[in-house]
Amino acid sequence: MTAEKKAKCSTGLTGNIAVAYAMKQINPDVVAAYPITPSTTVVEEFSSYVADGAVTTELITVESEHSAMSACIGAAAAGARVMTATSSQGLALMWEMLYIASGMRLPIVMTCVNRALSAPLNIHCDHSDSMGARDSGWIQLYSETVQEAYDNVVQAVRIAEHGNLLLPVMVCLDGFITSHSIENLCVFDDDTVKGFIGEYKLNQPSLLDVEHPTSYGAVALPDSYIESRRQLAEAMINAKDVITDVAKEYEKVSGRHYGLMERYMMDDADAAIVIMSSAAGTTKVAVDEMRKRGLKVGLLKPRVFRPFPYIEIADALKNIKSVAVLDRADSYSSFGGPLFTEIRSSLYELDKRPKIISRIFGLGGREYGVQDAVKIFEELLKIKETGKVDKLYNYITVRE
Amino acid sequence: MMKRGWKETPIRGIILEAGSSHDYATGGWRKIKPVLDSAKCIDCMLCWVFCPDSAVIVENGKMLGFDLEHCKGCGICAEECPDKVKAITMLAEEEEEEIA
Amino acid sequence: MATLKELTGKKELFAGGHRLCSGCGIPPIVRLILRSTEHPIVASTATGCLEVGTSIYPYTSWRIPWIHSAFENTAATISGIETAYRALKKRGRLPADKEIKFVAFGGDGGTYDIGLQALSGALERRHSFLYVCYDNGAYMNTGIQRSSSTPFGANTTTSPVGEVIPGKQEFRKDLTKIVIAHNVPYAAQASPHNWKDLNNKAQKALAINGPTFLNIISPCPLGWYTKPEESIEIAKVAVDTCFWPLYEVENSILKVNYKPKEKRAIEDWLKMQGRFKHLFLPNNKWMIDKFQEYINKEWERLLMLDGKQV
Repeated sequence: MTAEKKAKCSTGLTGNIAVAYAMKQINPDVVAAYPITPSTTVVEEFSSYVADGAVTTELITVESEHSAMSACIGAAAAGARVMTATSSQGLALMWEMLYIASGMRLPIVMTCVNRALSAPLNIHCDHSDSMGARDSGWIQLYSETVQEAYDNVVQAVRIAEHGNLLLPVMVCLDGFITSHSIENLCVFDDDTVKGFIGEYKLNQPSLLDVEHPTSYGAVALPDSYIESRRQLAEAMINAKDVITDVAKEYEKVSGRHYGLMERYMMDDADAAIVIMSSAAGTTKVAVDEMRKRGLKVGLLKPRVFRPFPYIEIADALKNIKSVAVLDRADSYSSFGGPLFTEIRSSLYELDKRPKIISRIFGLGGREYGVQDAVKIFEELLKIKETGKVDKLYNYITVRE
Repeated sequence: MMKRGWKETPIRGIILEAGSSHDYATGGWRKIKPVLDSAKCIDCMLCWVFCPDSAVIVENGKMLGFDLEHCKGCGICAEECPDKVKAITMLAEEEEEEIA
Repeated sequence: MATLKELTGKKELFAGGHRLCSGCGIPPIVRLILRSTEHPIVASTATGCLEVGTSIYPYTSWRIPWIHSAFENTAATISGIETAYRALKKRGRLPADKEIKFVAFGGDGGTYDIGLQALSGALERRHSFLYVCYDNGAYMNTGIQRSSSTPFGANTTTSPVGEVIPGKQEFRKDLTKIVIAHNVPYAAQASPHNWKDLNNKAQKALAINGPTFLNIISPCPLGWYTKPEESIEIAKVAVDTCFWPLYEVENSILKVNYKPKEKRAIEDWLKMQGRFKHLFLPNNKWMIDKFQEYINKEWERLLMLDGKQV
């Protein structure tokens, strides 16, 4: 297969270096970034590409994440292909600008190396950072492995810049777990990436088009604001198909299949765990163990959280008897994690709905092991038997 | 102005027509209006440079008068008109222009 | 240097019909800046009076490409635009001989306070742009709250004159000094009343490849409780009292551009403005004395630095 010839498939890279490498191959016009653990090495590695002339990107080493996103917005509005990376508090500091990037419909691609939010301060993985940004109008892709992180970054460029979308995209991978672990992965040669993403096609008036002056960021009073936000909502509605189409094209060149989600042993499953990113890998091992014991369990791993594929998720869960949604972030609603509440809502249209529970796990990098997943599966099978949910919302991987 | 639906509105809230505020009249804010005595005017252009509302009409170095669609009647022009010249008078909006 | 008549021959890049107050000091500043280069300008503006007043959808007063994104980041936004300009030129997506100038506008709120970090970062990174601070000495857009540029004694809605505390008790931050400490190639203070000096400074700044800065006093009839027609005169008195000295630092050499023959008493400036009314009560005379003492000291300091490397 030609795809395999073009790709080197025994490259051992950490998640961050793989992301930086994808950025090198994309060779964006402008990168504005500020280092923060655990995404720092993305910025460091990319800086060395700049210093060595391996890319011709203009790098802005800004003085904060707020300025990173502000500079990205300025550069993107000026007609540049723009990328950045951050984590945790850095993403939190960008908050204000995230909404502006999507409101201005600037196709910025950002890697978010997921990390917990303070307080207490913690540098390890959970999804509090990106989950907090879930309503900011950014597309969110979650990556289980180093390979997925690399593949998602390359696809993100195409998704963001699609004429029907023009939406910023956040590619998430788990801090330290994925960002700092070396895995073997397939990387393309530079030309394949270049060919896949294509030349940057400007789909907007540029601030550098001085012959056609445009005003960006006007004040919209109640007579005009909602129309702009409605357009953003429409773009997000369109995003599902675009993400799917880009994944299909990507499969042609890579041989690797991506969709809105991954189903693992779901076809005949009675019980299922829904979980995102690296913890899905751990859960797959648990599924295998349970299956060896003859127990029908499966796993659903959403890849796309924004837009939320509620129809496809409901379809994937419609024949399951009991479901546990494991969130690596809490929404402090006292009801359940962010993934849980959206999944529970997605199931509402079904005639026969599975029993469903919310479990918060792994905050601040707390270890989530195969046994944790096994215990959840056992609880789910009990729920299936009794039809009773003891606790709708609870924490696991916590000392009681 | 016709209000367009969200499908017809340009996306991202941008304004494509540069200087479109020219179509928005702020003259109604005015309580007093500037009146020019062309005979006294020396075309020094001080009123022009200090005008906050881009409302002093100048062509080929000649002061022609005021754009009352936009003039808010602040009176800076009359105030800054040189003491020896004083070619601009501020009159109440309803007063007749007595100065020829 | 251009004469006023020559300046009138250029296209008006700042349209009327904006919603800035009657007698606002900002538009004369902006209009003059936009006329100070032959090259096209792209501008970013911090949230504030200038931004809100000139961009109420679907009306814009800007006849140049313009962007506003947030309050604290106009210097970061222009950094991105200026960098994109260099990137696209390098990659042949913009003609190599196309010269564009970049200007960031911010009020004292967006510059002295919430935007100081982004400004400092952009100056340090040596982006090629002119930062223009229109300093009206408070958060006027949100209703006259104190800023770190608010003068000593001023009555604002967050430093009100109360039974116990008679207005703002702190002297203003000297932002121009802070900018100079970045060793930028050009920084200056200017005033709209001295259009020649302002135009000259903007021309110099816009001709330089690197970060440049203009701090310009901008009278505010609303927040200063002044007569709209006196805005330009009040700026002049601010300069004549040495509250707002006109000076520049070019390649590290400081030059005082205007030395009043007779420095006027600060009272002359204060008494024109309602925000200082309480200073003229007998028991607050100490504040005027303190203010005068402060200005004398600062002016002496500046004169000592005149012609020297700073």
